[in-house]
Amino acid sequence: MRDAWAETLRDLAVENPDLLVLDGDLGTSTRADRFAAAHPDRFLQMGIAEQNMVGVAAGLATLGYVPWLSSFAVFFTHRAVDQVRMLVAQTHANVKIGAAYTGLLTGFTGKTHQDVEDLAIMRAMPGMTVIAPGDATECVAAVRWATATPGPVYLRLARDAGPDLFDDAYRFEPGRVIGLREGSDVLIVSTGLQSARCLAAAELLETLGISAGVLHVPTLKPVDAPAMAAAARGVRLVVTAEEHTILGGLGGLVAEILGEREPRRLVRIGIADTWGESAPNAFLLERHGLSPERVAERVARELAGVAAPVGGTDR
Amino acid sequence: LPLTPDGGVAREADLEQIARRGRLLVVESVAHSGAGHIGGPLSAMDMLVALYFRVLRVRPQEPDWPERDRFILSKGHSAIGLYVVMALRGYFPVEELATFDAGDSRLQGHPDMTRLPGLEASTGSLGQGLAVGLGIALGARMRGLGVHTFVMLGDGETQEGMVWESVMVAARYGLGNLTAIVDCNGLQQYGWPLPPGEDGRGDRSDPLAGTHLRAALEAFGWRVLEIDGHDFDAIVAACADARAAATGRQPTAILARTVKGRGLSFTEGRFEWHARVATADEVAAARLELEPEPEPADGVAR
Repeated sequence: MRDAWAETLRDLAVENPDLLVLDGDLGTSTRADRFAAAHPDRFLQMGIAEQNMVGVAAGLATLGYVPWLSSFAVFFTHRAVDQVRMLVAQTHANVKIGAAYTGLLTGFTGKTHQDVEDLAIMRAMPGMTVIAPGDATECVAAVRWATATPGPVYLRLARDAGPDLFDDAYRFEPGRVIGLREGSDVLIVSTGLQSARCLAAAELLETLGISAGVLHVPTLKPVDAPAMAAAARGVRLVVTAEEHTILGGLGGLVAEILGEREPRRLVRIGIADTWGESAPNAFLLERHGLSPERVAERVARELAGVAAPVGGTDR
Repeated sequence: LPLTPDGGVAREADLEQIARRGRLLVVESVAHSGAGHIGGPLSAMDMLVALYFRVLRVRPQEPDWPERDRFILSKGHSAIGLYVVMALRGYFPVEELATFDAGDSRLQGHPDMTRLPGLEASTGSLGQGLAVGLGIALGARMRGLGVHTFVMLGDGETQEGMVWESVMVAARYGLGNLTAIVDCNGLQQYGWPLPPGEDGRGDRSDPLAGTHLRAALEAFGWRVLEIDGHDFDAIVAACADARAAATGRQPTAILARTVKGRGLSFTEGRFEWHARVATADEVAAARLELEPEPEPADGVAR
């Protein structure tokens, strides 16, 4: 997905002279180096100093530039969160945060780099658009939309590539929730690359005779709440799954919306208020109940009315 | 107020007169709203007046004029000082100062650029303004704009780590069109531990004790000027010096020695007036000290 991000910016910059990339000395990891190679005069190295980088972007935006920021998500949502909040969100600056290495799967980096609180933090900021693309096609469309649309955007980029969910006909619309699969027993709601894993889980459930729908939420803010409520209307159980803490992210969002509009029994799968670790991707997905097999197991168990105290609850 | 054709004020004496009126308006506005800062706005007042009436190329009636110089008050808690000077300069009516800190006001306790035209940044979280100024200076250079960007920081504010990120990057990009003005009023709110055996809350004096600010900035590659921040000639000359260096590759820092609470006998140098509301008696005393002499013979308005 990071390749799609960088290559889209590289291509957009050919026609948009105001597009800049500011890097926090991670351009090889984020793939911003591909932009730098094509547009060296519009690649601004800001060094290992993310707070300043965010402020510089806010200043550049006042002159009509469209600065995209390149660093790891944690350094925006944690180290520079006050700068993002005050200089970008509060002023509605036209700054785009390319938040790389999000969620759990961050290449053996562990607790420092795994950003599993970013969605909760960023969606709490007034005026911030929060996007977590589900595949490379959606990522490209979101980058194009964000570049063309004034205002602050937080783009949650997965480090690795995932399965394709969409084809070239895909069109990005902020707020839209996307039904990837219909189902009558349970609705699984997900975001980012986890949506593909939930789709695989639904296929496993089908072999067990369970009809599971999958709803993909690419923008956590804004979000089409009536559409989300409508998607939940026909099922008796809603399960959220995300590479994120179960506190305040997608699970929180769905709980808020359904609690107000369409109360349903809700189960949240995600990082259960604990710290991450450096480990292989497969291990991490298993540990936190996010692999297709674990999601399917959990859904089947919850549907059967068995409340087992395993990963993914906050009790 | 009498303005020269380019928008500046004609005579040196006028700056002093404006600053006296500005100081009184700060005290009155804070007393009216019932909250606000006094010490910092008063230490910065002479520099704010010099900047807006003599240094900055701005058009108060056209606050978004693209070629305007940029000024950012990074020490955002001195907002009322900035608002008073902007009002006197014609950005908005002086009467609007009565809305300071009121609900729905454009004059927020800390500057909000989304509310008041003429503000170049939202500040109040210390340490952030220099980075925004850096971005403007960098963008202005890329755009070929001859604007100059001035950012005012407090001396206590330089304790924020982010300031030094900006100091490093501004030098790295050789931004001669960026100038930092540090209001060195020598007092901060709570202060540092006192020596053993001494009573009191903390040593508020000299926030930079043990730190050689000039040497630190020079070590990062900045030009550094030191002035008396209450000497209008020195302020204007230092800003002109900084502007003349815009074609060079070094940003300039102006370290301005000031007195917190300057201009009122009962506030000068007293930490208690960092954020204090004047009583009715104190406002009356401020009027006695600051209201201008009888109308001058040449009829200069005030």
